[in-house]
Amino acid sequence: MRATFPHMGNLYISIKAMLQYLGVDVVIPPPSSKKTLALGVKYSPEFACLPLKLNLGNFIEARELGADTIIMAGGCGPCRFGYYAQIEHAILKDLGYEMELIVLEPPERHASELMVKIRHISGSRSWWQVYQAVRFGFQKARTVDDLEMNVFYTRPRELTQGNADAAYQEALKLIDLASNPAELKESRSKAAMIMKRVAMDEKKPVLKVGVIGEIYTLLDPFSNQDIERRLGSLGVEVNRSIYLSEWINDHIFLGLAKGLRSKKEACSAAHPYLRHFVGGHGQETVGSAVNYARAGYDGLIQVFPFTCMPEIVAESILPVMSKDYSIPVLTLIMDEHTGEAGLMTRLEAFVDLLDRRKTVKEAL
Amino acid sequence: MPIKVGIPRTLLYYYYFPMWKVFFEALGAEVVLSPPSTKRLLAEGLKNAVDEVCLPIKLTFGHVLDLAAKADLIFLPRIVSIEKKEYICPKFLGLPDMIRNLKGLPPLIDVNVNMYRNKSGAYIAAQEAGRFITSNHFKIWNAYRQARKVQKKYFRLLQLGLMPSEAMAVMEDRVRNEHLPEPQDINVVLIGHPYNIYDSYISMNIIKRLRSMGATVLTAEHVPEKIYKKCAACLPKKLFWTLGQHMIGAALYYLNRHDVSGMVHVAAFGCGPDSMTGDLIERYARAAGMPFLNLTIDEHTGEAGIVTRLEAFLDMVMWKKAIII
Repeated sequence: MRATFPHMGNLYISIKAMLQYLGVDVVIPPPSSKKTLALGVKYSPEFACLPLKLNLGNFIEARELGADTIIMAGGCGPCRFGYYAQIEHAILKDLGYEMELIVLEPPERHASELMVKIRHISGSRSWWQVYQAVRFGFQKARTVDDLEMNVFYTRPRELTQGNADAAYQEALKLIDLASNPAELKESRSKAAMIMKRVAMDEKKPVLKVGVIGEIYTLLDPFSNQDIERRLGSLGVEVNRSIYLSEWINDHIFLGLAKGLRSKKEACSAAHPYLRHFVGGHGQETVGSAVNYARAGYDGLIQVFPFTCMPEIVAESILPVMSKDYSIPVLTLIMDEHTGEAGLMTRLEAFVDLLDRRKTVKEAL
Repeated sequence: MPIKVGIPRTLLYYYYFPMWKVFFEALGAEVVLSPPSTKRLLAEGLKNAVDEVCLPIKLTFGHVLDLAAKADLIFLPRIVSIEKKEYICPKFLGLPDMIRNLKGLPPLIDVNVNMYRNKSGAYIAAQEAGRFITSNHFKIWNAYRQARKVQKKYFRLLQLGLMPSEAMAVMEDRVRNEHLPEPQDINVVLIGHPYNIYDSYISMNIIKRLRSMGATVLTAEHVPEKIYKKCAACLPKKLFWTLGQHMIGAALYYLNRHDVSGMVHVAAFGCGPDSMTGDLIERYARAAGMPFLNLTIDEHTGEAGIVTRLEAFLDMVMWKKAIII
């Protein structure tokens, strides 16, 4: 079995760690690129959302590298993601690519359904080893998230542009290379050292923007045109409503790991505006928007793929919230046609607007 | 004066209106229905909804705004789930919240209809909705019982091959003594969300057009629940959208019927479930060698474009039939 899985930002670091810890032969698809997208767009349904198209491109490219098994997550609706794996499998089959599909999802009838699938991946390893592997993957996810938060802080304050990103990439590589928990501990402190070496102007006034929206376009820099880095270089400190480790904690560990933000906070904050969950991260988007506004952020940017249903609901509700808390919201919709220049212009204009608002507010 | 309850003529109106009407009337309210969709209603909806929502939701905004001046309450339930372990679509889940902030609306009856865990969700919703009008529990129970009876009759009429408007006419005794339509030479299956294909304005009157071009139109609503569910069960994973499952199950059923000559799929631009189920149906149709036409509708759809494509499609279907015979 040569297993592959779709890309979603830095997700590959923790999944790879987990699978390799179990001794599975892993094929990482090449990083998402224009080619990946072109392949995905060519074979996907026209109105499918962007993540599906990129997933499909990833699988096709991974197959060229010799992968024969796909490991995918699933769900039970109402967001389309729950049916991704089946549609992608049907498309690959029609293309003549025979790949085995293992979907890890909440079991329909009995918990044993899921356990059989995990057994299939882990082979003869014991459940204790599976537990250790998942734990190791989660630790990596947390480390990567800490690193991301660090770079969000460093980027707008760096003295020489590009230093923070170079350090971030170097640190990511270190963490990716760690092959067991002891090494990871070492890499973590090394990564922190690397990030510390970036020269910063701590006193520089920066704007604070919360980025909210759909998980894939938030976590995957290719699909959101690297919005966080662009904002950073415009002098904006970014915070994101979803981090990978928080998602894993909420959905897979059912909130057992302590010390992370949970979706419950976001959902309860959304209540005056959106009183029911709408699938995906729709309610979390509205709730995080409220939380960011309360925390004194200067602006919000909502990012989601074109035709994403839960986020469209959130988008229709955000203007009311934006008025109540008087916080500007910019909605950016990503699809295969999103152009770099158009995005840059809008981001610059939005940042200018926030800057002016802040100056006026401080002068009063 | 009785309380006026406004019901928009969109979305699940095509499934549940007879039930809702009887329910509210039995409680002593007057039911006000929004007029059939028009250009003006859609324009009103377009002005007030965000650009990204799909056509039927934009139209709903228009219908609700039209009712604002006519009704004391607007019935706009949050339909989470109408089948066990299934959902409708995220936009149905957020609909009352999306509409609540429009200006000048009367109070909304925004009860949650949630049968995700069990069927009793329907009665709970009815109780909550009834409380807007009366506090008499027995009256609500009785109204609900009557409504269920009517609903059963309505679904039976649909399964006989009537379209919702015809079935409603039968229910309300509005049928004039007309000739029954002659059986036509070809059967065309029309698959799509009920609120798209049965709304004669946004579907450009597709049912009437197909009939006048000499086709008998079959829809998903004509297939009994047991049959479409059985057909949908052959999917690799159970579909969690009730309407999507209905459409795909019915499509699979019709694909196995020898008297069906073509299939037309109507999707709203940007519809999430349609993008997946439509693709699956197309794959199955191709594998079965069934002529397949996919029509995407939005607020810019031109009538001429639809007519041309339908004509071309029917020509193709007839040629194919002639060759085989």
